[in-house]
Amino acid sequence: MPIPILASSSLATSTAITTYGPPLLGGMLLGAATALLLVSIGRVAGVSGIVGNLFSLPRTNRFHEASWRVAFLLGLVAAGAIARGLSETALVGNAPRSLLTLIVGGVLVGFGTRLGSGCTSGHGVCGVSRFSPRSIVATCTFVGAGALTVFVVRTLGVSL
Amino acid sequence: MSNKTNGAILAAAASGLLFGAGLAIGGVTDPAKVLGFLDFFGEWDARLLFLMGGALVVNAPLTWWIRRRRTPLLQPSFQVPASHAPWRSQIDAPLVIGGAVFGVGWGLSGYCPGPAIVSVSSVVDGSLAALTFTLAMVFGMAGFAVWERYKAAQHEVATTEPRLAQPGE
Repeated sequence: MPIPILASSSLATSTAITTYGPPLLGGMLLGAATALLLVSIGRVAGVSGIVGNLFSLPRTNRFHEASWRVAFLLGLVAAGAIARGLSETALVGNAPRSLLTLIVGGVLVGFGTRLGSGCTSGHGVCGVSRFSPRSIVATCTFVGAGALTVFVVRTLGVSL
Repeated sequence: MSNKTNGAILAAAASGLLFGAGLAIGGVTDPAKVLGFLDFFGEWDARLLFLMGGALVVNAPLTWWIRRRRTPLLQPSFQVPASHAPWRSQIDAPLVIGGAVFGVGWGLSGYCPGPAIVSVSSVVDGSLAALTFTLAMVFGMAGFAVWERYKAAQHEVATTEPRLAQPGE
């Protein structure tokens, strides 16, 4: 009976599209945004570097160094605000974590990304796209450490 | 301001907007999804692998193509970390320790820098998570900048202090 098979396979296909379509599309937009920054001003779209280097601006060319960074960050915030306007569930401000955990996590992420010269965008997207050995090692390290942390938290059964 | 300066600001804003849209559409602004992706040993959520895959499929060929140019469109030079050193010598302790510290923070919170900044406007709905994380992250980054300056100053003291003449000199 071909019809039920067809029906079930098209159902599976549409489930796959609704499940994996948005992350795939989102990822492609990330790739395009990264390429746009590189071709226009020759910079790496690494969010931790863009924020963190605001604290150590060079003495020369200070205005340019600060202004493109602030413009990029305002673009990020604006995108979030627009998404929030379009759909109530677009921004999940609720993390399944307490504010204390978010503070500890935030400080670790801020310090760690600066020490390691990058985060998921700078190493994970830009660096891996250049096949940079440093970025590939960094990406494996933070994904591994993140997975280990989630595992330990779940195993210990602590509520964070 | 020159046209190139205005152009650079505009291009950066457009890139940020597109980047933020990608993060929001990709669902990475939801910390629960990120924690699900990092849960390799439990009910692993593979969706964010598609986000990374989509980014690489678009960005890797474009990056290769763009870097064949001698300069970017609006600035005199590319500022991309490029090292021709053997790959083993590029892997140093700060890279690995920093990556591990970041990973622990990421696994604790479910946020990395981009998605947290994109989500700060959720504070309008009364959810403090993204804003709290972002402020703590900026504090950590400022702390790193202070630490680096302290180290540089120590280094300067060590190298400029007058050395006592050694016997026999």
